[in-house]
Amino acid sequence: MTLPSMETLAQLSDNLVYSAIAVYALAMLAYAALSARRPEAHRQQPAAAPAVEATIGARADPGSRRSVGAPGEEARDATGPAPHTDASVNAVDRLSAIAAALTILGFLLHLSGVVARGFAAGRAPWGNMYEFAVVAALAAAAAFLVFLRREPVRALGVWITAIVVLTLGLSVTVLYTPAGALVPVLNSYWLVIHVAAAITAGGVFTIGAVAILLYRLRLRAERRGPAHTGYAGRLPAASTLNRVAHTANLFAFPIWTFAVIAGAIWAENSWGRYWGWDPKETWAFITWVLYAAYLHAEATAGWRGTKASWFALLGYAAFVFNFFGVNMWISGLHSYAGI
Amino acid sequence: MRTAVILLGLLALAAVPGSLLPQRNVASDPNAVLQFTQDNPTLAPWLDRLGLFEVYASPWFAAIYILLLVSMTGCVIPRCLRLWRAVRADPPPAPSSFVRLSERREVHAAQCPSEALRAIAADLKSRGFRVRTTGGEVRAERGYARELGNLLFHLSLLVLLAGIALGRLFGFEGRVALVEGAGFSNVVSQYDEFSPRALTDVEGLEPFSFTLNDFEASFETADEKRGEPRQFRAELEYRPDDGSTSKAVEVEPNHPLDVNETKVFLTGHGYAPKVTVRDGRGDVVFTGPVIFLPNDASYASDGVVKAPDARPTELGFEGFFLPTAAVGDRGPYSAFPDALNPQLFLTAFTGDLGMSDGPPQSVYTLVKDDLQQVRADGRPFAKALSVGDTMRLPNGEGSLTFDGVARFANFQIAYDPGKEVSLVAAALLLLGVTTSLLIRRRRVWVRVVASGPDGTRLEAGALPLTRRGGITGEIDAVLTAVSDEREKSSDRPDTERAAGPEKE
Repeated sequence: MTLPSMETLAQLSDNLVYSAIAVYALAMLAYAALSARRPEAHRQQPAAAPAVEATIGARADPGSRRSVGAPGEEARDATGPAPHTDASVNAVDRLSAIAAALTILGFLLHLSGVVARGFAAGRAPWGNMYEFAVVAALAAAAAFLVFLRREPVRALGVWITAIVVLTLGLSVTVLYTPAGALVPVLNSYWLVIHVAAAITAGGVFTIGAVAILLYRLRLRAERRGPAHTGYAGRLPAASTLNRVAHTANLFAFPIWTFAVIAGAIWAENSWGRYWGWDPKETWAFITWVLYAAYLHAEATAGWRGTKASWFALLGYAAFVFNFFGVNMWISGLHSYAGI
Repeated sequence: MRTAVILLGLLALAAVPGSLLPQRNVASDPNAVLQFTQDNPTLAPWLDRLGLFEVYASPWFAAIYILLLVSMTGCVIPRCLRLWRAVRADPPPAPSSFVRLSERREVHAAQCPSEALRAIAADLKSRGFRVRTTGGEVRAERGYARELGNLLFHLSLLVLLAGIALGRLFGFEGRVALVEGAGFSNVVSQYDEFSPRALTDVEGLEPFSFTLNDFEASFETADEKRGEPRQFRAELEYRPDDGSTSKAVEVEPNHPLDVNETKVFLTGHGYAPKVTVRDGRGDVVFTGPVIFLPNDASYASDGVVKAPDARPTELGFEGFFLPTAAVGDRGPYSAFPDALNPQLFLTAFTGDLGMSDGPPQSVYTLVKDDLQQVRADGRPFAKALSVGDTMRLPNGEGSLTFDGVARFANFQIAYDPGKEVSLVAAALLLLGVTTSLLIRRRRVWVRVVASGPDGTRLEAGALPLTRRGGITGEIDAVLTAVSDEREKSSDRPDTERAAGPEKE
């Protein structure tokens, strides 16, 4: 058996990424259809949730699920008993199972595309901006799937898949770079560690940011009165969304901390100083400080919720700016990878 | 906490301008501030007065993080004391009623009350709880490590500050550019640029020396990404000070030479055209490589050649070097970073270079105050030279021969005695933040409700002390230690209990 050539692998990687975009787009449509369903049907989400879990092969852990799902269910029940039919329940079940299955399929194609790219280039597949963006989208999709198993995040699906499709679309059109070797300064195992950590944290921060945005939307509707209509009315309770966001950001924060520390160690080994206020370093610092502020605000009476959410959103904005903006608009020591 | 949130927000805000405005002492471009000042002559002095070209060394930036650290210390020390007392004290007694606890359960045990409680206490202990059994009640608490991690995280920031301060007080940073064949000794006078800190022992730098024997660079030749760098390698002959024999070492990006914590990094490279200058008398007044500073990724480079010993007039040359010269619509340019078709484009000056008197001048520019540009046919005299070519000045004032091409390498030499401290601080910080965010602190109480000949009725409750509770399984697990379960009772409706884990 002969090994496929580098060109074949690179071509395969591109095709897999294109297929992943198509499948994610279908998943997005399924999630959009789910979000657009009338509240009567939507109210059955607790009953539908196990079906989703079964589809994606989650390990059953009813104990923890019950406790984490509780606030949302209570809030939804509080809106009054809902008349429903078995047919509508089944339809929601089916649709959410389809959406989850499509997301998983898209993820697998996407993952294969990244792996093929890694083999084609003969290195970790995150050495230029195209690859960063593709892997970052993969991290966001992975984080969503992990959260889908254990948290009530189905309502986030349409936004997460939209972000993934958008990022991949930009990657293959604007950012695309053919597979190739690395510039010398990136040729270090710290690239694997530092960038992988940053990208993983970014994926989980994305879940947090989407949850926060939906939380603010839902909170506004809840404050207006108990009769929730429209899109906000179909979202999980604000308290549930805020808890999901908090969990995601809480989980991502140490990973981001690690990414920054690993970057500092690499910088020391590469430039002779572990911290030099290069624009990339500065924005990593700003991101870290803003998320630290968010976590402190969430533990402070009077700041929890709305006020704290500003810090998380600003932190995410700083992260995204660091990821894309700093590379494109500010020159510094990190401006070697090309766009 | 509110102070912390506000100060953190301010710190983030204060860090922004430094990434948008050019900064002094930020490595990427030492001339950025100068350039910005020239481009914005009215705005720049005001920005400078506000410290906006040195944001991270400015008093107002320092004020924010010092306030933050002071407020943090003021918060953390009482918390340390509280944790210390909590660890030494028993877990607090159970609330009089379990009704308000988020998790509670009743269970029937076959044992007598004391045995049942003993079994539960042993079980809780085995799972890391601190346990106290007093009259008909088991009190347990675990997750102190959360607070410990939290405090560790905050205190590690002080250690980090100490590490940074050590480097800022005793370290140094310096740069030197060496042409192939040139040597360097680690003393201040040999540096092109040397930035000592307040307390750096400038007389006592780590003694060593080395010679740059060879510099190799390779670039991508395939069409896509053509010209992208692929490998840089500086081959040094390194001589330690102890008199032992010299040895060959290679320095590459990410692979510095480390001499007792003083590290030599390869940070850049460029070309040094080798030229010979003869004066009007025909004497050789300069010969050797001259460093030209690269302008862009294709290594089009600018530089000057000075011959102060030339007679009857001193000679200066100014121009640019193209490693792979090509001619396009807008004149000559470099088509590839490697030296495939090296050409030197020069104009000449005569007069006084100003090197014998006047302030010290840069080796990369001519001071043209007392120089006249050589002209021919009414235009500045300029020549494009390939290797081996000679340009002769029209009035017989001298000539310059392009003998060949050498490379030079930029080395950054750095010493930071605080970096180990900072690394330890970073490790503690990471450990602290992970522990404090992932470990959950919770209390569990179990007490006897009733007892009879057929066993004991126990009531158990749990209280999460952190927002992410997730303690449902905990209480079920506690009770399996004694439960003789067939008739488990609960405050929950049967249907919901059926969904719970039935571990027996």
